[in-house]
Formats: sequence, C-alpha cells, structure tokens
Amino acid sequence: MASNSPQQPGILAGLIAIARRDILLAWKRPGDVLNPLFFFAMVCTLFPLAVGPSAEQLVFSGPGVLWVAALLATLLSLNSLFMSDHEDGSLDQMLVSPQPLPVLVLGKTLAHWLISGFPLVLISPLLAITYHMPTDVIGVLMLTLLLGTICLSLLGSIGAALTVGLHTGTALLSLLILPLAMPVLLLGANTVSLAAGNDVYATGIWALGAYAIAALSLAPYATAAALRISNE
Amino acid sequence: MTAKLSARDLTLIRGETCLFQDLGFALDPGELLLLEGQNGSGKTSLIRAIAGMLSLESGEIFWNGKDVSRQRQEFHGELVWLAHRTGLKGDLTLVENLRFEASLRPQNDIESDAVYERLGISRLKTLPLRALSAGQQRRVSLARMLLADVPLWMMDEPFTNLDREGRKLVVDLVEEHLATGGMCVMAAHQDVEIKATINRVML
Repeated sequence: MASNSPQQPGILAGLIAIARRDILLAWKRPGDVLNPLFFFAMVCTLFPLAVGPSAEQLVFSGPGVLWVAALLATLLSLNSLFMSDHEDGSLDQMLVSPQPLPVLVLGKTLAHWLISGFPLVLISPLLAITYHMPTDVIGVLMLTLLLGTICLSLLGSIGAALTVGLHTGTALLSLLILPLAMPVLLLGANTVSLAAGNDVYATGIWALGAYAIAALSLAPYATAAALRISNE
Repeated sequence: MTAKLSARDLTLIRGETCLFQDLGFALDPGELLLLEGQNGSGKTSLIRAIAGMLSLESGEIFWNGKDVSRQRQEFHGELVWLAHRTGLKGDLTLVENLRFEASLRPQNDIESDAVYERLGISRLKTLPLRALSAGQQRRVSLARMLLADVPLWMMDEPFTNLDREGRKLVVDLVEEHLATGGMCVMAAHQDVEIKATINRVML
C-alpha cells in the first residue's frame, strides 16, 4: 500500500486487542478468576445443606438461590475491572489512546464477561441438578443466566468506572449497581420459576434480551464518561 | 501563522486553589515545550490537561489549528504519553506488552532488535515486567514511545528512576526526535540540558 501515513488499525482491532490482553492476564493469574466461580458454587451447594434435602423446598427455591448467587458472584468480580489499570497507568493510556474509549471499555467488559460471567453459565447445570431441576428448565436457566450475566457485566462496568479511584471496596459499587441490576435478577429468577411451573416464560427471555441489548448499546458510553471523570 | 500545537487562556482550578490562569503557549515541529515549576505547582495537571485527561476551567488547545476537543481521536492518534506510571502490565513480558500497543496504533517494527539494543533491554524480552527494576521498566516505556510512530511526545517527569546513563539516553532520544521534525511536551522539575529550541512555561 502506497499511503502517506500508516494505516490506523480498525475499531475492532482495538476491542479484540484489549480483550485478548485481559484474558491473557487472567490466564496468568487464575486465582482472581476462580474466586467468583468458587463463590457461586459454594453458595449453591451450601444452601441445600442448610435448608435440608426436602425436594419440594429445593425445587421451589432453586431458581432464586442460583440467581442471587450469580448476581453476587458477578458483583464480587466487578471491583477489579479497572483497578489494576488505574494503578499501573494503563487507564491513562486508554484515555489518550487513538482508539475510541467506549470501544476499549467494551473490549474490557467482553473479557470480564468471558472470564467471570460465562463460566457461571457453564457450571450452572451441575448446580441446578442439586435443586432437582428438570433438563428443559436447566436450559431456560442457562439462557437467562447467559443474558443476565451480560447485563450485569455491562452495568457493573459503569459502577466500576465510577468507583475506580476511591479504594472503598465493593460496598459502594454494589450500592450503585443494585438498582440497575434488580430488574435483571427479578426477570431472571422469575422466568426460571415460571418455566419450572410449566408456565409461559418466553416474555421473560425477551425482556432480558432487550435489557441486554439496551445495556450493550448504552453502557460503554456511560462507562467511558465515568472513567474520564474519575481519572481526573 | 498558527503553530502546530498551541493554547490560549488556559485556567485550571483544583479545589480551592487556582493552579494557573490565562496561560498560553505555542509549539512548532522541532521544538520542545518545557513545563517547569516546583512540586505541586501544576505541571502534571497542565500536561494532563493538554493530553485531554483533565478538563480545564477555561481556555482552548489547538492542534493543526483546530480545537482538540473537536478532534480528540485524531489528536490522540498523533501523540504518545509517557508518565511515572508506565501503563505496562507487570504480568506480561516486554514483547507481549508492546504487541498489545502495536495493535492499537501503527507502529515501527516491534520485532526488530535495534530499539531494544539501544535501550539496553534486549536481554529482558522474555521476563515478566514485574521482575524488572523500576528503571528498566522505564526503559520499556521509552521503547513503547520510540516504536509508536507519532510526532508528539508527551512526557511527565521522564527522568524519574533512571540512572545517569538513562537520563542521557532520554536527552539523546528527545534531541533526535526534535531534529527529525518531532515535537515534545515535557514536565520536569530538574534542569534539562537539551539542545533544541525550548519554549518554557513557568508555573
């Protein structure tokens, strides 16, 4: 190519590069990644031990417990989303990067979801068996968790960006995120309950999907704006 | 005639203190803009504001005669930022870090050894950066700056953590960059002996 200035890498290149770097970092420090997953598994296995093995009770409470555990596990993992970038100066580099900040943010959120959200979806069938969940309901559970964890990662990135310079830990972040995350929890848990009761549950899936798409299109901009403010 | 990079009427207030007021400067290719002042006088704030990381109370910064806030991406595509916090990942090796940078912007050949030889870091390519000393990490961030093929270097305290030889290296690199038509904005609290046209801003 005989162009005067070298070709600027495309937008997608930046997204993939930062997602790949974060996944590589997680790969080198598996402990941080496994924490939320262990938390999820522990809550879901301890609950039946605590309330007793009555099948009726477990079937009734299964969707709620699994969903609450997934929500809390995701909240746990969100704190570190921008923390190390803030400490080592990578955040400054992101802010002066030739790539648009919302795209880089989306790349980081994608990596976060792949590292801490998606594994929850994958192990959820194993845990659902503990709650005597039938196979087709497990399918619904996985689908709602898939959409729900995407929502939570995206919404969480806004909270993580707002609290990045504060060193106040997870509490404030959770408080900020919970109002936005509440519809996700309600929709998710209730959709699975409806499916378990052989009721019509498709509306819940659609609503979750709509929420995920709204979050996908708006959250990166909100997060980018929040990062600019909190890194001043 | 307008300068390549210029600013006028910059005012920044942090909390209750006014760090600078009605400040202006102009910078053309081959020149160094040196921001000088005591600790806490606002050098870092000013250089961060120029880079667009800090919003000013008032004032405008122009790049190629256009307000930078209207062309943020284009402006950022032509500058590279070097600061005390290197922005490199301690868990990744030198090559992994630079490869990430290379996928964000057009770069000189990151596999070629010439730059690493010059900076004295070619032996360290396969180590995770956390195993390197602060000065060596600084040299890696210099490598990133050299490999990014951009006209404007923005350096916040570039001499920190470097030994005498390293400081000499920074001076040489900046002089070469300026000689080939590059520009440099530098915040430094110590005397800088760089042979070039220097525009000074005292804070």
